[in-house]
Amino acid sequence: MAPPPPRVSRREFLSVSAAVGGGLLLGFDLPALPPSAFEPNAFIRIDRDGRVTLIMHKVEMGQGTYTSMSMLLAEELEVDLGDVRLEHAPPDDARYAEPLFGVQETGGSTSVRGNWEPLRRAGAAARSLLVAAAAATWKVDPASCHAARGTVMHDPTNRSLGYGALVDKAATLRAPGRVPLKDPKDFKLIGTPAKRVDAPGKIDGTAQFGIDVRLPGMKVATLAACPVFGGKLASVDDAKAKAIPGVRQIVRLDDAVAVVADHMWAAKQGLAALDIRWDEGPNAPIGTADIVRALAEASQRPGVVARDDGDAAQALAGAVRKLEAVYELPFLAHATLEPVNCTVHVRPDGCDLWLGTQVPTFTQAAAAKLTGLPRAKVRVHNHLLGGGFGRRLEVDFVMRAVQIAKQVSGPVKVVWTREEDIQHDMYRPYYYDRIAAGLDAGGKPVAWTHRVTGSSIMARVTSELFPKNLRVIRAVGLHQLIAGVKGLDTDAVEGAAEPPYDLPNIRVEYVRQEPPGVPTAFWRGVGPTHSIFVVESFMDELAAAAGQDPVAYRRALLDRAPRARAVLDLAAGKAAWGQPLPPRSGRGGRGVALLHAFGSYIAQVAEVAVSPRGDVRVTRVVCAVDCGTIVNPDTVRAQMEGGIVFGVTGALFGEITIKGGRVEQHNFNDYRMLRINEAPAIEVHLVASSEAPGGVGEPGTSCVMPAVANAIFAATGKRIRKLPVKDQLRPA
Amino acid sequence: MITLRVNGTLHTVDVPSDMPVLWVLRDVLGLTGTKFGCGMALCGACTVHLDGRPSRSCVTPVSAVTGKSITTIEAVGETSSGKRAQQAWLDVEVVQCGYCQSGQIMAAAALLAAKPHPTDADIDAAMAGNICRCGTYSRIRAAIKRAATG
Repeated sequence: MAPPPPRVSRREFLSVSAAVGGGLLLGFDLPALPPSAFEPNAFIRIDRDGRVTLIMHKVEMGQGTYTSMSMLLAEELEVDLGDVRLEHAPPDDARYAEPLFGVQETGGSTSVRGNWEPLRRAGAAARSLLVAAAAATWKVDPASCHAARGTVMHDPTNRSLGYGALVDKAATLRAPGRVPLKDPKDFKLIGTPAKRVDAPGKIDGTAQFGIDVRLPGMKVATLAACPVFGGKLASVDDAKAKAIPGVRQIVRLDDAVAVVADHMWAAKQGLAALDIRWDEGPNAPIGTADIVRALAEASQRPGVVARDDGDAAQALAGAVRKLEAVYELPFLAHATLEPVNCTVHVRPDGCDLWLGTQVPTFTQAAAAKLTGLPRAKVRVHNHLLGGGFGRRLEVDFVMRAVQIAKQVSGPVKVVWTREEDIQHDMYRPYYYDRIAAGLDAGGKPVAWTHRVTGSSIMARVTSELFPKNLRVIRAVGLHQLIAGVKGLDTDAVEGAAEPPYDLPNIRVEYVRQEPPGVPTAFWRGVGPTHSIFVVESFMDELAAAAGQDPVAYRRALLDRAPRARAVLDLAAGKAAWGQPLPPRSGRGGRGVALLHAFGSYIAQVAEVAVSPRGDVRVTRVVCAVDCGTIVNPDTVRAQMEGGIVFGVTGALFGEITIKGGRVEQHNFNDYRMLRINEAPAIEVHLVASSEAPGGVGEPGTSCVMPAVANAIFAATGKRIRKLPVKDQLRPA
Repeated sequence: MITLRVNGTLHTVDVPSDMPVLWVLRDVLGLTGTKFGCGMALCGACTVHLDGRPSRSCVTPVSAVTGKSITTIEAVGETSSGKRAQQAWLDVEVVQCGYCQSGQIMAAAALLAAKPHPTDADIDAAMAGNICRCGTYSRIRAAIKRAATG
């Protein structure tokens, strides 16, 4: 058959829009800007016709950042959210680096934390230029003018000028010094439940994700990588595949084969028809048990010290009672609902990429390296992300797509099947933690030791950045560099090294042990998703050993952490902690967990019902959040709700296992997702605060896993020291 | 050549008869609102209506839909239940990443058309085949109830 007809021309494609309420547009990085535009900084452009465009350097993967970033800019710029258009920022670390990382990256629940002040300053600076332009036009004191809804007004003379009429003059003015920011009591947008700017396009099919790209002459490819990590392609017989209508080309890589076709169906059929022989390499005998055995052995070694207060060893020796435990957390795949994909057009003079990525500049650099082109010749057209969760922080799939595209004439969209997406992810590491505590006669912890053993994601990521990039060092601080040199993975111990509790003698260590072949990466909640599970489960063990109520036990250790204690009290109160559970079938129980990470404090109370067969249903989660100043309360609620479902999914079902050097799971049949009929009722309670903003995208996930495990203990007496829960409660 | 009716328009396409409707919509007709999630009818992202009934387009061969009327997310707003579902989705602020929501709305619109006042059990039964990785389930349930009363 003929290739699919182009839907839009290149020119039209570049301006294709998701018309979103009030004329918001998600544009691509458009070519040359009209000379009339007023661009006071990297985030704002105003045209003569008054059109305000906000350039989004953070990527939208569902977390609501396009709305909260726009709110920060619009608050000080004095424009209505409904009157702005959004544009994805091009890759440019110099202009768009995350202040907390030093690179252009969306992750780590940092967007509001890092941009809370810079974006308001950008909005305020632009507004002050527009006000100055109006004042100069009217020959009045700028202090007698004010701006609102995209207009500058001079009340004494009842005059007004729209921003569009002021851009030419404003563009000639010198940038102001530090413009004062609004008093929070004057906020019009910040703190209000503003409507999501990306919602309208997501309910009528017009939102454009990376996988939705269509280009003239574009082919579609799908691939099979060697199922064994580190294995190579030995040979492939493609005779049958080539005979399939629509199949255009077979691309061979060192460790993968791709079928290029007119459409995905032909590509999939072609792939199935290939007769592939793999050279499985040295990892072919590896299984999960081997990896866990190596971790267990490594965990006997002393580690790099992350925290050492008091004398934990001596306090432990002198304790009235000693408890110790081993906790294990599995490999996890991200399973973004939009399978990994990347569209690439490699030409002799340039390269274009269309995708959704959390790391546009890494994407650009990866493509530049593989094509030999200068970075300036590599254009990244970022899109909405059909889920990120850390998966799209990596460029492994970009590199794969570029390698394929280098062998293809014209643009090619490389789409991973769900099976390839799950089997060739980069996985949340398997962690093996040894933890111990000593209690005094009253049951209070007088000693605490925790040794985290697992793969170091930070070592891999920072080895690419340190010490070459001064911007990164400035952003994350020299201490991070020193920690890295010492071999400390600050992410792996985040949540473990600084629990909010009063623990006078605490020692926390990290041992690096890499799983052979299995690539590891960040997963929603990063370090805390592992550490908080261990710390909060073990804290529950201590309360049980002391014969004390889990909330009261924690509370007694929080004299020096009032914000933590307040969310604990709020969650316990709203959950009717201590009151009988509503009658349900099966054994019921409540569990609590507390988190301080990402600059936020969260407490959750989970309720579970365990059936006679041992199936666990999480029926309700009450969540109290103190994330400091709130930009969009509805986003905070939504992120807690979603984060909790993500965490419950992981706690109950999430597990990637390795056998024969390959991932055993394939699709949603054996890598289970929580479904609507299994989802808990969720209540989110927000604490009003004027503290600095904290992150909200991840902590909901990190906190719920131990809350669920502790509820299971309350219901059954069984302590969950290894995730997932899966069938651990099945009667023998 | 196969002729199919999509959103009220007849299209004649030169594709293999076993090609799933999903790929005809996305890669041939350019209707990319219908999403690929699993390819095995496990996630519901590809849900369309066949003569008003929800159907997983990733496992429905195009040969099985000749003579039937296909409705996709791009046109479901022209139906009463689809329009109410879309509005309720906005009112409740359901979406996060949004990738699954085409399928969720298609499933919800079909449910509302069949049962104007669905119970929680009806919602569980009709929506359990649609995965939302962002975890918007409580809002999906609230939006369906809102659309039912709206």
